[in-house]
Amino acid sequence: MADETRYRKPLPRLDEETRGYWEGLARHELWFQRCRGCGTARFYPRAVCTVCLSSAVEWIRASGRGTVYSFTVTHQNQAPGFREELPYVLAIVELDEGLRMMTTVVGCAPGAVRIGMPVEVAYDDVGPETTLARFRPAGPA
Amino acid sequence: MSIWGKVAVVGAYEHPARYAPDKTAYQLHAESARGALADAGLSIADVDGFFTSGVGPIGLISLAGHLNLRPDHVDSTSIGGSSFVSHCIHAAAAIAAGLCSVALVTYGSTAASDRFAIGTGGGAGIGDPPDHFEAPYGPTIVGSYALVAQRHMHEYGTTSEQLAEIAVTMRRHAALNPDAKYREPITVDDVLASRIISSPLHLLDCCIISDGGGALVLTSAERARDCRKPPVLVLGGAEAVRHAEIGRRDLLDVAARQSGPLALARAGVQHADLDFCTIYDSYTITVLATLEALGFCAPGEGGAFVGGGRIGLGGALPVNPDGGGLSSNHPGMRGIFLVIEAVRQLRGECGPRQVPDARLALAHGTGGMLGQRHSGVTLILGRA
Repeated sequence: MADETRYRKPLPRLDEETRGYWEGLARHELWFQRCRGCGTARFYPRAVCTVCLSSAVEWIRASGRGTVYSFTVTHQNQAPGFREELPYVLAIVELDEGLRMMTTVVGCAPGAVRIGMPVEVAYDDVGPETTLARFRPAGPA
Repeated sequence: MSIWGKVAVVGAYEHPARYAPDKTAYQLHAESARGALADAGLSIADVDGFFTSGVGPIGLISLAGHLNLRPDHVDSTSIGGSSFVSHCIHAAAAIAAGLCSVALVTYGSTAASDRFAIGTGGGAGIGDPPDHFEAPYGPTIVGSYALVAQRHMHEYGTTSEQLAEIAVTMRRHAALNPDAKYREPITVDDVLASRIISSPLHLLDCCIISDGGGALVLTSAERARDCRKPPVLVLGGAEAVRHAEIGRRDLLDVAARQSGPLALARAGVQHADLDFCTIYDSYTITVLATLEALGFCAPGEGGAFVGGGRIGLGGALPVNPDGGGLSSNHPGMRGIFLVIEAVRQLRGECGPRQVPDARLALAHGTGGMLGQRHSGVTLILGRA
């Protein structure tokens, strides 16, 4: 676990709309929302369905598997916490369930990342109550 | 009630400053306002509509105070660098509706002398709800555009050489603009040899950082006849936004795809009617993606479209004759300069970089982060 006093990157803050997502990550589980009214899945989590405006929601646990939809190897970022970790791979991953999310790809050389590459979630505990969903090259299913 | 063709840009001024540590941002607003009002032959007492952005949540009021304005109509639409293009549409609507009669749009920034690393240091904070799902991973502004470039290369085989051609063309134009910050010619090889900032974008794929300011004055076409310079009519315009779309965003579907066709239809003109474009060139990929989305070529054909001199002066569709943000100036929110250069070209004031007999122009501003959420604003301007 990272030492929070030395963690200098922005930390997400859970609120009433997103609590389920962040609490799931803290248990090392990736969850997303689906509307009980019309069945539309959505990311990031929010209280009201954007399709039918229903407030009825269910949480679905994601497989944690997906593919790289796009990425960039970041070579310059002056922001504290990031500048010490250059180069790093910022990416958008498409989950097998069809939802796209921003993340970083870890666990391989930045130069090895390709669009379409299979990846799986890698939980990163960045604070006592805060976990981020990063992704690494997928192992055998 | 149609507003199109009823309102004209009558004053346009680009502050010549590119590095001005001896000036404040408000001073650049004020000096630009002075320049645009003098260009129009109007006085500050004539201004009854005020439009600005990039000045903080209630910054419009503070800046109105700095200029001691008491406008009847105000608009501080803040959607990134395209905001000022948006202000022109809103000013046209307000003037046509009788909410004000002389609209002043101002911009000023000391980004360069403040040593503000716009693209690689300013985008990582958490403000709005989506930031919680993005900022922890370290997206820079360059990185956000790079995600689009990488996807474009993957889907269509677009190359770094093709993107570099855009930067080379802008620099060629800047050589003809005495106010441009960078005027030394560059080659495709220079772009490719410059360091990678966020792959696949190199340093020379990125806009420069400068200080700067600008202002515009708009009034009714009727009143424009009494102004100093030939009026440039606001013939059409439209706005759009793109965002994460509940986790389904197609990165290559940029806002221009929505605003472009709507603006052209509102103006009643076709692509082939346009003499030149000013297109927000925050990065080379921004120009390529915007040209495709506006419909100048099919999706995936942008790489070929920007080659062969087509977007250079003398080509079929000159883009950014002033050298754009890639070479002339980029103080952070460049939209106002897209309109200023379009107006100067349509008046025939541009000397060696003049597009011959320019009668009809398209200006398109992009604001925000292309790969995360952004605005697109298209404006069609024409000679009266």
